[in-house]
Amino acid sequence: MSDVTAPENELAYGRTEWDDYEHLPTTTGLTHDKLTMWAFLGSECLLFGALISTYLLLRNKPDDLENVGPKASELFDIPFTSVSSFVLLMSSLTMVLAVQAVAKGDNRQTRLWLGTTATFGCIFIAGQVYEFTVFYREGLGYTTNISASAFFTLTGFHGVHVSLGIVMLASLYILSARGRVTQKNAETVEIVGLYWHFVDIVWIVIFAIVYLIP
Amino acid sequence: MTAAAVAESTHDDHDIDAHEEHGLTFKNAVNIAAFLAVVTGIEVLTYFWDFGDFAVPLLIILMIVKFAVVVAYFMHLRFENWLFTALFVGGLVLAVAVYLAALTAFGFWS
Repeated sequence: MSDVTAPENELAYGRTEWDDYEHLPTTTGLTHDKLTMWAFLGSECLLFGALISTYLLLRNKPDDLENVGPKASELFDIPFTSVSSFVLLMSSLTMVLAVQAVAKGDNRQTRLWLGTTATFGCIFIAGQVYEFTVFYREGLGYTTNISASAFFTLTGFHGVHVSLGIVMLASLYILSARGRVTQKNAETVEIVGLYWHFVDIVWIVIFAIVYLIP
Repeated sequence: MTAAAVAESTHDDHDIDAHEEHGLTFKNAVNIAAFLAVVTGIEVLTYFWDFGDFAVPLLIILMIVKFAVVVAYFMHLRFENWLFTALFVGGLVLAVAVYLAALTAFGFWS
């Protein structure tokens, strides 16, 4: 029987504090950053749920209220929106590839896929700005009728989320170029990836419910 | 072919190691993206072709499939700790329940 025991409050055999845990040294064994992001995304479901159901309730309401201007659904350009939806969907793939690249420690590939994801996000936002501009020229502004207000609030909130995601991706790109995003802190990229995938799944719902379902 | 089948179909020894480490391999990710692209294509077809009464149920099913595949595979939730699933699905279920009740209360279905 060995008499070598680790004194209390000291680490045995030269191991680090981190090594002495089979899991992360948190109460749950999970990183708090990731746990917080998942909790945040769960709460975001409530935000977008409110915006989507508000739009559903108000989308046929121009006749009941101001009765001015067209309804948003009368101006939808489905082929155009389908292309921008496809671009956003593919940005989720490039985000996965960025997460895989940083986990392998391949910084060049990480920057490539982060840059591609941000570019796809910019294309989506450009498409949304173009769509809003067309709607405005057709006489549908934010306050034209209550249906338009609900539509612009929903898609605008989503657009703001995508824009914030682009800022996060650009920040990661710059940090990676400076050597501050490496295999050691790959989880940072993964957490930004979770946010990015979330804006993608929100658009999956918006595209089907708002644009495609008559 | 389901997304799960697509994800499983490209496994080899190397893939399994990477799969265990990161949850998703390069080939799996590309296959799942292709699957999502096909589903999106079917969704868009409902705009050009008249699916009649099947259009709305079909769109809702396809939307749920896409949503679930992105969450399970791209967001790795299938490979993660149950607590992450509980936090996200809890919020999602709460949102769906609350807003279905709200829509019903405002007479949306009538």
